[in-house]
Amino acid sequence: MWPRRRFLVALGSSAALPAAAQFRVEISGVGATQLPVVVASFRNADRAPLAIADVVRADLQRSGLFKATDALNALDERSVISAAEWRGRGADALVAGSVSKLADGRWDVRFKLWDTVKGEELLGQSKVVLEADLRLAAHRIADEVQQMLTGERGVNATRIAYVLRTGRRFTLHVTDADGEGGQVALASPEPIISPAWSPDGRELAYVSFESQKAVVWVQDVLSGERRMLANFRGTNSAPAFSPDGRELALTLSREGGSQLYVMPRAGGTPRRLTSSSAIDTEAAWSPDGRAIYFVSDRGGGPQVYRVAAGGGAAERVTFNGAYNISPTVSPDGRLLAYITRQGNGYRLTTLELASGTVTTLTDTQDDESPSFAPNGRLLVYATRQAGRDVLMTTTLDGKIKTRLLTSGADMREPAWGPFSR
Amino acid sequence: MTPKTAVSLATLVLAAALAGCGTTVPLNDVPVESRQTTPATGGTAAGGAGSKGTTAQSQVATVDLARGASETTPAARTIYFDFDSFIIKDDYKAVVEGHAKALAATRGKRLVVEGHTDERGGSEYNLALGQKRAEAVTRTLVLLGAADNQVEAVSFGKERPAVQGSDEAAWAKNRRAELKDR
Repeated sequence: MWPRRRFLVALGSSAALPAAAQFRVEISGVGATQLPVVVASFRNADRAPLAIADVVRADLQRSGLFKATDALNALDERSVISAAEWRGRGADALVAGSVSKLADGRWDVRFKLWDTVKGEELLGQSKVVLEADLRLAAHRIADEVQQMLTGERGVNATRIAYVLRTGRRFTLHVTDADGEGGQVALASPEPIISPAWSPDGRELAYVSFESQKAVVWVQDVLSGERRMLANFRGTNSAPAFSPDGRELALTLSREGGSQLYVMPRAGGTPRRLTSSSAIDTEAAWSPDGRAIYFVSDRGGGPQVYRVAAGGGAAERVTFNGAYNISPTVSPDGRLLAYITRQGNGYRLTTLELASGTVTTLTDTQDDESPSFAPNGRLLVYATRQAGRDVLMTTTLDGKIKTRLLTSGADMREPAWGPFSR
Repeated sequence: MTPKTAVSLATLVLAAALAGCGTTVPLNDVPVESRQTTPATGGTAAGGAGSKGTTAQSQVATVDLARGASETTPAARTIYFDFDSFIIKDDYKAVVEGHAKALAATRGKRLVVEGHTDERGGSEYNLALGQKRAEAVTRTLVLLGAADNQVEAVSFGKERPAVQGSDEAAWAKNRRAELKDR
């Protein structure tokens, strides 16, 4: 603790840094510098169904950018803060607030964020929320603290979809980015695979086998209203919304084999994108919507290729290893994450598209379904640890990993939702 | 709450609503001394921009599909494949011929061929491999006399194993195509 604090104080007093940027510490590798922040328990939290400060602390800690601790003092947003006292206790920032239940059952959530190095108040807010949105309010507070202190947008208010199989029951779950607050979007006696979020976070596309074949459905998350998007002859699968939300790429066997097509979001006639006699599947859009990465075994084993969204010749992108699948592109378009088979194991790997640098991120053997967080700092994936299925997040250098969820049941196919909630 | 404070609070809330910011209000403008709970003023949106009044933004509606009947497929309708292969072995040629003949004889008959893989590898790629197996069977059925519209090839990939297990014995039993009447 001491060496880090001295480092931060030294950075803060550097003449080269403009005063406003004092807290925008250069975080070269996550974990190198963790900003110490104190988050006091919110006043009246004992009367609320949720300990807001606990959620905020855990969110900040999980980002890898902070060391978040409790105040052990009763504080709220009205408290007069002695910056020197808190600085002396090792904090560079302090969060305190309160929750109050209103007569109509809603909650008034208030908080303030202080910079204890400069001795000034950075942020103060009041939010009124339904009780069911208290956890979301806590996540939003963590996001705002992270944004204010590091300049980085947090993903704490985002959600992750995944599929659970328990015996003969399959459920599509939507959970907060911390693995908590899970709710069921779809329960079925038949398999569900390949959940995909719309860019506005309002719909989930997925493949359901409820009619004894693979059919692509699109479901409104809030209302549960669902519609069949693709039920052509044979197998319909691997849905992926375009970044502008107007189309979906999918894999159809309607003309034989498995080929890529693009369809309007509202449904209609698919436009064929690939024309090979091989398997072409697992479309993943580039963030600018101009290219689609996909898996093809036209060269023998499955490899990742790229094709222009309007169609044309495909070029191969992965050259390491004989079996590369499940591509996904980072939000800044620079990194491709995918699964590579090494021996008998399946490992999460990244490819820096400009340089060709390949990095294996894990030492587990059953990785699958990587998905980037919308701020591009983290990947979620499913794997097995000690005989149990787990959902993990990892930083892009593989150094900080968090176990989100553990299940004795079969837990797979995580998909990280967008910022829009 | 003094009239002056109430007015400034209402003005602030109105401004926030008009600006589309939902109900996140900068704290320094809200009189923090007032600790009495106030009933909701009409017109303020709950939970943030764009949400309906009483629906939590965090809500996820649950859709529950009815249970389907399960069936095991009899042996005479199952074709097994070697690893990484889509070739119908000689052992199964008679099975396929028999079904092709039955379809040719009765044009109203329909068959669906379900392709499956073992558990190794990704779900979507295996779905495509299973499709390839199913299509190998339907192609042969059509060659041997069935009409194209009498058969459909579908795939379950690795999602519906016949046998649980992570050894070659289990894998061999899962690499299959099943022929089912429609």
